[in-house]
Amino acid sequence: MKKLSARRRHPLAAVVVLLLALAATGGLYAAFAPADKAQADETAQSLAIDEGKKLYAVGCSSCHGTGGQGTSDGPSLVGVGAAAVDFQVGTGRMPAQQPGAQVPRKKVIYDQAEIDQLAAYVASLGAGPAVPTEKQYNPEGADIGKGGELFRSNCAQCHNFTGEGGALTHGKFAPTLEDVSPKHIYEAMQTGPQNMPSFPDTTMPEKEKKDIIAYIDAVNGEKTASPGGLKLGGLGPVSEGLFAWIFGLGAMIAVAVWVAARTAKAKKS
Amino acid sequence: MSTNTENKRKAPAGERVADWADGRLGIYSLAKANMRKIFPDHWSFMLGEICLYSFIIIILTGVYLTLFFHPSMNEVEYAGSYVPLQGQLMSEAFNSTMHISFEVRGGLLIRQIHHWAALIFVAAMLVHMMRVFFTGAFRKPREVNWLFGFLLLVLGMFTGFTGYSLPDDLLSGTGVRFMQGAVLSVPVVGTYLSMFLFGGEFPGGDFVARFYSVHILLLPGIMMGLLVAHLILVFYHKHTQFAGPGRTNKNVVGMPLLPVYMAKAGGFFFLVFGVIAVVSAIATINPIWAIGPYRPDQVSTGAQPDWYMGFSEGLIRVMPGWEINLWGHTLVLGVFVPLMIFPLVLAAIAVYPFIESWVTGDKREHHILDRPRNAPTRTAFGVAWLTWYFVLLVGGGNDLWATHFHLSINSITWFVRIAFFVAPVLAFVITKRICLGLQRRDKEKVLHGRESGIIKRLPHGEFIEVHEPLNQEQLHTLTAHEQYEPVELGPEVDENGVRRKLSRGEKLRAKLSKGYYGEDSQIPKATADEYKEITSGHGHH
Repeated sequence: MKKLSARRRHPLAAVVVLLLALAATGGLYAAFAPADKAQADETAQSLAIDEGKKLYAVGCSSCHGTGGQGTSDGPSLVGVGAAAVDFQVGTGRMPAQQPGAQVPRKKVIYDQAEIDQLAAYVASLGAGPAVPTEKQYNPEGADIGKGGELFRSNCAQCHNFTGEGGALTHGKFAPTLEDVSPKHIYEAMQTGPQNMPSFPDTTMPEKEKKDIIAYIDAVNGEKTASPGGLKLGGLGPVSEGLFAWIFGLGAMIAVAVWVAARTAKAKKS
Repeated sequence: MSTNTENKRKAPAGERVADWADGRLGIYSLAKANMRKIFPDHWSFMLGEICLYSFIIIILTGVYLTLFFHPSMNEVEYAGSYVPLQGQLMSEAFNSTMHISFEVRGGLLIRQIHHWAALIFVAAMLVHMMRVFFTGAFRKPREVNWLFGFLLLVLGMFTGFTGYSLPDDLLSGTGVRFMQGAVLSVPVVGTYLSMFLFGGEFPGGDFVARFYSVHILLLPGIMMGLLVAHLILVFYHKHTQFAGPGRTNKNVVGMPLLPVYMAKAGGFFFLVFGVIAVVSAIATINPIWAIGPYRPDQVSTGAQPDWYMGFSEGLIRVMPGWEINLWGHTLVLGVFVPLMIFPLVLAAIAVYPFIESWVTGDKREHHILDRPRNAPTRTAFGVAWLTWYFVLLVGGGNDLWATHFHLSINSITWFVRIAFFVAPVLAFVITKRICLGLQRRDKEKVLHGRESGIIKRLPHGEFIEVHEPLNQEQLHTLTAHEQYEPVELGPEVDENGVRRKLSRGEKLRAKLSKGYYGEDSQIPKATADEYKEITSGHGHH
């Protein structure tokens, strides 16, 4: 120790200490970093990312840029997360057919495996919401009544009372929620696609999302009964008025013509 | 004495009952005067019957609904059989309407009949009014009855609106809020009126009960009175008829009330009831369970009033949101202007008969109806008004036009703003041209006969189409209408050479009269001389 202590003011002492410290941190990192396991995971993950990148380059890059940075034709995808990709591509909205006020739902182009790869690639560009698991969006056991209240407070302004859809400004619209899968509804709320605001878990917790999904399923699902007969689109008084004029009054005028034509006429001589 | 009692015994029971009633009510003279009353036959004369019958149906079903409806705004928790609303807080009015829809036997059907019949009732009134308008049936002596009918239409609209508001659902609550906003926009007294109407701040706890008494008592009571007066006047004036051989302003050609029209009208009542019942059985109306209870903090897209209030919705939707802020007060023109135009739209059609009678200066009675083409200016005005009304309806449903035709809601709004001013003018001009064209065709038909479609080749090679002359009946019908001469102002100076004083009104009247009956506004009908000259056999025609 004396030797060491004697040389503590040597001009190179600081350099030696620095080297030792660097060697220690490097050694510690090498010893404790979760290197092996991560490597094994990353091979599958990075494979998906690689495949996704290839799909992305062919199908998406012309609008969103070669690195997902966005262009004048499409927004940046950095940080949108896998959930956004799963929603947009999974409902056929992406790849878009043409620019316009809003991209409509259409036939799905990619299969689920490809969508997952695309999602993995886009998720690798920046952190964002992940694709929800079934446990998160499965509406079983949720509170339908509460969901209705939440729906009327947060969704009905644009999507109508039972999610039949409605108009927004300049040709934009809130689409109908009929046969949209629970997963996609969840993702839409999470990510706020296109003109929709997003409802992250901080403003609308997972449970409330489930309630809303359960409500939509109850009032606009496959098993929804319409106790009054034809729903007439569920659009309210405009379609009812049209029906009353055409089928109500129309039928009555037809009947009136019929009755007037069949009269006790005096026999013509 | 004994023979008398024997005679009484022999009289059948029905006769004795009738005698008893006659002694107290005087039914024999009433029946004698009215049983053989003649009504002319035309399908369009039954439009008023549709109104009458649907009104009766509304009253009958409405009484049933009052047995179960609770007009109260006390808050209750829903515990009925409709799962998606269970546990939700709602007013007792909404709760009882849910009860009617899901638990009361036949409740939903009766509710739907009541509501569908209301939509059809108002639609039928409008169509009936248009029939009266386009055939000129509003002319003397029927101007007062026209006004009664018009009032029935307006009252029908408001009765419908109050009824639509009663279930206190999210849709109608939005409508009531809309109305409250319109009341608030009235300068100076708006806030007072609103407070008075709702018993405090909106929505308060009173409006359902208040609307209820207005809906089931006040308005239907007035309507019932007007309806009876309307029908009494129809009997008193006798029914109008279309021109035809043997029909004059002094007779009515048709069938007697008893038995023909009693049977027809009675049967027609059941047909109308049947159509409404079928419509109500197959199609939902106002599904309040899907709409949910009203809460002032919630709103849905697609919130429209029933169709008869749609034009007021259109006025509001297309009006730019202008406002004037002065001395700490706001004048909301975006709402107040539509509120002022709303009665004007209705008044425009209501006052028309009086304008026309002022222009024509005709004080005679008219019981023969006009064919719309023979009154081109009137017909054009009516079509222009209907166009105006329809444009506003498009504005009221602009969101659904946008989603269903993939249009921008902003473009539709701009279209309606422009069409509000332009479309009626276009409709007026086009309709007038069509009427004049039809008049020319009538004249052609009278003078040259009907085109038979038979082509004949003459010996020298010319091809002609054979025209069949009309028979006397048809000739009469096509030429029975009379044509007015435009009002002349007379010479500018009187016999002493002094300039006559002409009031502005007289000048305006002369101008309007020229517009109505001048050269460009009617085709002189075929005269007997023209007909004789053509049919006397000089050449073929």
